[in-house]
Amino acid sequence: MELIYTAKQNQFRAEVRDWMNANVPAKPLQNYDTQVGFEQHIAWEKTLAAGNWGMVTWPKEYGGRDCSLVEWLIFEEEYYRAGGPFRVNQNGVFLLGPTLMEYGTPAQKARFLTKMAAGEEMWAQAWSEPGAGSDMAAIRCKAEPDGDDFIISGQKIWSTRAVYADYAFGLFRTDAASERHHGLSFILVPLDSPGVTVRPIAQLDGEAGFAEIFFDDVRVSRDHLIGAEGEGWKIAMATAGFERGLMLRSPARFQNTSKRLVELYRRHRHDLLDASLEDAVVRCYMDTESYALSTYQTASRLDAGGSIGPESSCNKIFWSLLDIRMHQTAMNILGARAEVEPRSEAEHSELGRWLDGFLFSQSGPIYAGSNEIQRNIIAERMLGMPRR
Amino acid sequence: MDFTFSQDQLMFQEALTTLLASEAPADRIRARWQSDSGLDAALEQQLVELGLAGMLVPEALGGLGLDATDFIKLAETCGQFALPEPAVEQALVAAPLLADICTASGAERAESVLGELIGGGCRVAVGHILNPYINFAANADYFLLGHGGDVHLLPAAQVTLSAVKSVDPSRRLAAVSWQPSKATLLADGELGAACWRAALNRGALGNAAQLIGLADAMVKQAVAYAADRQQFGKPIGVNQAVKHLLADCAVQIEFARPPVYRAAYTVAQAATRADWAVSHAKVVAGEAAQLAARNCIQVFGAMGYTWECDLQIWAKRSWVLDREWGDPGFHKNRVHEWLVQPNALIGPEYTFGRGDQPHAH
Ligand SMILES: Cc1cc2nc3c(=O)[nH]c(=O)nc-3n(C[C@H](O)[C@H](O)[C@H](O)COP(=O)(O)OP(=O)(O)OC[C@H]3O[C@@H](n4cnc5c(N)ncnc54)[C@H](O)[C@@H]3O)c2cc1C
Repeated sequence: MELIYTAKQNQFRAEVRDWMNANVPAKPLQNYDTQVGFEQHIAWEKTLAAGNWGMVTWPKEYGGRDCSLVEWLIFEEEYYRAGGPFRVNQNGVFLLGPTLMEYGTPAQKARFLTKMAAGEEMWAQAWSEPGAGSDMAAIRCKAEPDGDDFIISGQKIWSTRAVYADYAFGLFRTDAASERHHGLSFILVPLDSPGVTVRPIAQLDGEAGFAEIFFDDVRVSRDHLIGAEGEGWKIAMATAGFERGLMLRSPARFQNTSKRLVELYRRHRHDLLDASLEDAVVRCYMDTESYALSTYQTASRLDAGGSIGPESSCNKIFWSLLDIRMHQTAMNILGARAEVEPRSEAEHSELGRWLDGFLFSQSGPIYAGSNEIQRNIIAERMLGMPRR
Repeated sequence: MDFTFSQDQLMFQEALTTLLASEAPADRIRARWQSDSGLDAALEQQLVELGLAGMLVPEALGGLGLDATDFIKLAETCGQFALPEPAVEQALVAAPLLADICTASGAERAESVLGELIGGGCRVAVGHILNPYINFAANADYFLLGHGGDVHLLPAAQVTLSAVKSVDPSRRLAAVSWQPSKATLLADGELGAACWRAALNRGALGNAAQLIGLADAMVKQAVAYAADRQQFGKPIGVNQAVKHLLADCAVQIEFARPPVYRAAYTVAQAATRADWAVSHAKVVAGEAAQLAARNCIQVFGAMGYTWECDLQIWAKRSWVLDREWGDPGFHKNRVHEWLVQPNALIGPEYTFGRGDQPHAH
């Protein structure tokens, strides 16, 4: 064990810091679930891509830098330190990217990864259906093989940012006679295809953060199939592993929130009447550190050739509950003012984005596989407890 | 010792439940979000006719002469329906505040406004120093405002409002700026200070009762959803993980309700000396509602995170009422302050104060 960065890593950090300082927008961007905010975020993705910072772990040929996971963590730290915007294309770069890298053909990689890294094509995930939430194997949306094409019909739901995305990726039933996790295939669908209808769904904050997607005999060419026909479940599980395990929520994001929480606490602590807030702030700080340490440990192991197992389900539970607690604590520090949506500059500097963040934190224990399902996985697959 | 509600009290609650079930369903609450005032004036009139506005006002001043124990279940019911109209604050805070001043000083201005309020002729907003904003300020005809310990009464024309947007779309908040003067002064000195103490306890009590109602209503919605929604070929409610999310809420609600009723009794005895009981009630009712909001959203899955899902009406109200009329820190601190007094009445024999004089804490 050597818990100190190498000279090369420090040099990498300095390079990221210089670039971020020079390029991160001075004014926070608007919410990316609005049209204006979405366009601001796309512009930012293009700036990132132009500097080859879109996805540092990717190979150089697709616009990456061949970085190790530890370097990726360093990148994330500098990114959030500089106040970098949330990544509007996280579904693409963090989730589909690694899947394509592993299962895509050379032609698919060349076609999709490059544009993804360049910020030119935005991706949405399309797994869930009205009848298939926690029970994803209940997927019914069909993709019937038809010569060189598939013909897709059915419905997906809760697809994040599908309102503005160019493509969706997900699982479709290619074998009509199949059941459960058999006969599913991993397919990419251009959302401007004839027969696709995207209906926005407003979230708790009123913005259309996700959408339903209706497919009415949508023709998609077979070269949009990832891996073999019928192998979709296995590939999807790999994507879900990235999501819960590592890529979706780097610790830097939470450490940044925790730092803002401590700053808020320092400003107000002499007026606070609630002794439990002191305890809550200390715990939030320690928990974000624990999350960072656990992630470094996993990244080190993966960099050394290890793999992610069912323990990745622990991550999802830990960060989602931590995120709720941090925002809850900030709201309790703000007291009666916390319910107000900041609209002016003055209100913003006082209230920050705690209310927005609080609302979003409510979804953390639900998306990317609910916490109840994660606990089942931990109990059954990690601890080996009997299945029902 | 009788910790039950009377037949009359329960009948009053039933009448209100019937009214709100027909006049304040979720779709009508959503319709208010689109309207200018955010209020349903017809429903407000029906609440007045039911006797709500003057319920806690002495008969000598034209009210029903009832007390907080008679009102508490009604406040809970308003929470059950997530009623947007500030009926609880009008009846439990504004009217008694005016009545207290009339009784103590015979102020004519207070009496005429109180008369109007009881008859449904005006809305009176109360601006306590603990609340940075006033709900439905733009709809108020009069304002009861504090300057130091003094109580001032101002017509709407003499205040300036600056609106802010609440996370709860049923609320219409504004900060109020105004100038105190001799002409606006209603009560000062000890009377003024006592009025504000009582107002705070009544406001916090009203929110505590509403929080219980909100929590209970959310759990009921989630129970129904868990029976209806199928995953893995079964209702999601068959899973212990889902059952336990809601059972935990039920436990908290069960043990938050009696403190709210004790607080109502204590306020009825002496609203200025009910701090310990009210603060206890406000803290635990708030906690029950916070847990219910979180766990019920969880049971609804992604549906619970949508604007379409009516649960948001209750969840958002729970988040805001927990912070209004003293946030949890304020109230925990009041219980703490009371406990550290050397002569605090604590121990098994003091659950109801001295028993024969419960307000003597
Ligand atoms: C903000 C947000 C963004 C999302 N983005 C996307 C996206 O981009 N693409 C996409 O495809 N999906 C997305 N989703 C959907 C998400 O994957 C689902 O919400 C999730 O899988 C749960 O499914 P459900 O909502 O249908 O809830 P349900 O499956 O109906 O579950 C409801 C409740 O029951 C519990 N439950 C269900 N089954 C069990 C069981 N066997 N044991 C114990 N408890 C159980 C759940 O934990 C939950 O608490 C998103 C969701 C949210 C909230």
